[in-house]
Amino acid sequence: MTTAPGFLPTAAGAPAAHAAYLPARGGLGLKPEHFRTILETLPDLGFFEIHAENYMVDGGPFHHYLTQIRSHYPLSVHGVGLSIGGEGPLDEEHLDRLAVLITRYEPQSFSEHLAWSSHGDIFLNDLLPAPYNTATLQRVCDHIDRVHERLGRRMLLENPATYVEFAASTQAETDFIGEVVKRTGCGLLLDVNNVFVSCTNHGRDAQNYIDAFPLAATAQIHLAGFAKDVDAAGAPLLIDSHGSPIAQTVWDLYRFTLERTGPLPTLIERDNDIPAFAVLHAEAQQAEKLLQTCRIEVAA
Amino acid sequence: MSLSIFAAALLNPNLPAPVGLTAWNGSDPAQRFRVYRNNVIVSLVDALADTFEVTQELVGEELFRAMARLYAYAHPPQSRLMAFYGDEFPCFIESFSPATALPYLADVALLEYRRVVAYHAADVPGVGAEAVADVLADDVFLPALVVSLHPSISVVASAFAVVSLWAAHQGVLELSAVAPEASETALVLRNGIEVEVLQISAAAGAFICELRAGTNLGAAAAEATGIDADFDLVAILGLLLQKSAITALHPSGSPS
Repeated sequence: MTTAPGFLPTAAGAPAAHAAYLPARGGLGLKPEHFRTILETLPDLGFFEIHAENYMVDGGPFHHYLTQIRSHYPLSVHGVGLSIGGEGPLDEEHLDRLAVLITRYEPQSFSEHLAWSSHGDIFLNDLLPAPYNTATLQRVCDHIDRVHERLGRRMLLENPATYVEFAASTQAETDFIGEVVKRTGCGLLLDVNNVFVSCTNHGRDAQNYIDAFPLAATAQIHLAGFAKDVDAAGAPLLIDSHGSPIAQTVWDLYRFTLERTGPLPTLIERDNDIPAFAVLHAEAQQAEKLLQTCRIEVAA
Repeated sequence: MSLSIFAAALLNPNLPAPVGLTAWNGSDPAQRFRVYRNNVIVSLVDALADTFEVTQELVGEELFRAMARLYAYAHPPQSRLMAFYGDEFPCFIESFSPATALPYLADVALLEYRRVVAYHAADVPGVGAEAVADVLADDVFLPALVVSLHPSISVVASAFAVVSLWAAHQGVLELSAVAPEASETALVLRNGIEVEVLQISAAAGAFICELRAGTNLGAAAAEATGIDADFDLVAILGLLLQKSAITALHPSGSPS
């Protein structure tokens, strides 16, 4: 489903660690508090994902542990700081740092967000929304073309969770992403939790929304937990908090998605209130069960 | 709508929400915009809380978060590498009047920041015992010797008991046994993957700062002896070697 050029490291290690693509299995975000547990127990997992920016450091424990973990598992590098939806040009120094990281760890996948996170000299440390119109489309496509050119590989673009919409938007998010995929050839990282959060926040039907994405370009899925708030009218406003277990409604939407896409690499994201490794591993296993069901249905 | 307006409103809670935002149900979009405002400030305060754990314990969570919030609005990150966010926080604390009851707070914060820097510093192996023995065998060159130190090394010379205060919050020492007014100098370094905080004498601290600046052993030792006649050159060199903190020897005096 993806045409990303794979890398085949020559170093010894588990064979899956050197596959060309992420396996259609459950994976987990790599957290420093779990480094040792992972190396001591080598849990049965499809892959790990790191936030690129956390590893843009010179040395020390992060690289020490990631190097060892990488020799056992496939890796997804997920950027949070490139600001692809930003108004200015991409930060070339940041792209250079990404290139160094990707050369060093030869990940099976690189992904970023349809969002902006910096403006001028300031880094805002959040994934912020932009209007879906021709000006943003041109900018996002130019930025993705530049990423492809600099990194020499295809990136995946993740759909955002949003809390507001713009009067200046002229397109639906799904059509916008479909156009970006068509123009740049990038893949889609479909965040099913973000779909549920955004659909709830903007009064849309989540299943219809899934169907409106360019599903054939989907190369990875993200699942996470959300927090609940309300807007000024008392309507539910969901926050993409990454701080709780995945909601049953999101598991249901995931199953609905898999029926359309077939099995895909699926990441469980948890960035706040991080529980013991076993708790997250159980969520990854739950995803694997659904992937297995989906495999059987596809085969039947 | 320009994203500049959106960005400015995120970092200034006194500005109104940007115009041009909508909500499907006609509810006030300003309330929804608050989610972004909150995400940004909370993520920055949380990042500071991760780095400055002991500082937070010393002042309590409420005052810490209020202080961190003011800092984040005044000094939003200029780098996408959040691990190093807060380099100016110790200075900010020093001039933050509600914290003046704890005059040692800024130095404890500086020590915590230096630990983070040490944690992520480059990996450079220490010189082996043979290399040291070879150089030490030749007395003539010793005072002219210039050494390279591990990139993780730094010195925090404080008028307060920074090392003891930090240690008390690691459970290594009883807080009640710490006299905060006693002057202490901290040596921060990473040996392998472990960051260590060691208490050294003020003279040893000055000696290490001289070495870092490229001063040769003879001149650095003279500087240290000027501060304290009892400066123990052999002991501090032994400590640095034991911690793999000397990464190159330059007998000719040139570090390149």
